[in-house]
Amino acid sequence: MSEGFEFPVDRTAILSFAAALGETNRIHWDEAYARATPLGAVIGSPTFPAASALWNPWAGLRGVRRIPAPPPRPEEQGGSRGGGAPRGGGSLARLLHGEQRFEYHQPMRAGMRLTVTSHPGKHWEKEGKRGGKLRFTETITEYRDERGELVVTATSVGIITEKAVEG
Amino acid sequence: MAANPRLRFDDLAVGETREAVLVENLTRTQIVQYAGASGDFNPIHHDEPFAKAAGYPSVFAHGMLSMGLTGRLLTDWLGDGVLRSFGVRFVRQVWPGDTLTGRATVRSLESRDGEGLVGLDLVTTNQKGEPVVTGEAAATLPRRA
Repeated sequence: MSEGFEFPVDRTAILSFAAALGETNRIHWDEAYARATPLGAVIGSPTFPAASALWNPWAGLRGVRRIPAPPPRPEEQGGSRGGGAPRGGGSLARLLHGEQRFEYHQPMRAGMRLTVTSHPGKHWEKEGKRGGKLRFTETITEYRDERGELVVTATSVGIITEKAVEG
Repeated sequence: MAANPRLRFDDLAVGETREAVLVENLTRTQIVQYAGASGDFNPIHHDEPFAKAAGYPSVFAHGMLSMGLTGRLLTDWLGDGVLRSFGVRFVRQVWPGDTLTGRATVRSLESRDGEGLVGLDLVTTNQKGEPVVTGEAAATLPRRA
């Protein structure tokens, strides 16, 4: 298990993520409404854990962002951390997201201060019909609350292709 | 676990489906908005010259945008905080101009103490009827008292 990074779950980030999905559900921004439900707080959309990338100092697709600052190279400390840059040297254009799965243990509520850790899962290769040889790598990411209790477990499968795959 | 269900376990039957248009004529603006909100700035999703140089006809949407749109179908139908799991495979790219329709089908209903576990099959298709996302989800819903 890797060293983690902090992911403060904040209502503006939840709103921004929900807006990008075209959500019309007030549970993602209306505090008064949310407080009156059994959930008791604004919660993220089911795929909101993906937005932890904004806080992931090892994320490989950061745009021009330099904060939080990238820490020392993760290879020196063993393992890939936080689902960062593609392993195996694939270029960005050859990296596809093959599968994604979330297991929900608790709702992800605004105000939570989560710790996110990732570790590599399985990896395998397959001969693809369209993209040549395909390399699959699984990353398992755990989101835990302040007491160390699991909130969400995410499993991601990345695919590195030999050529552009159009489907 | 606290939840805000929209329906009861007893209201569902195996084979029941819910369908909804998730996005009409997907814009590059929405793709860029998703990039900003998710922190995924892979240029393949917003930089057209980069995407073309890589052999694609244009930018295409993040798989996670299609998954997020599909998730909206689930929460709009079942309620908030009821999902136990949600998993998908990204089977085809989603392009600017695409219209996506999601369909969730009740695969299984398993009764437990005071609540029920609902298993669902998911497929989201484009305007040509081609699947772009397939998957499954599980949710717990309260039983009618």
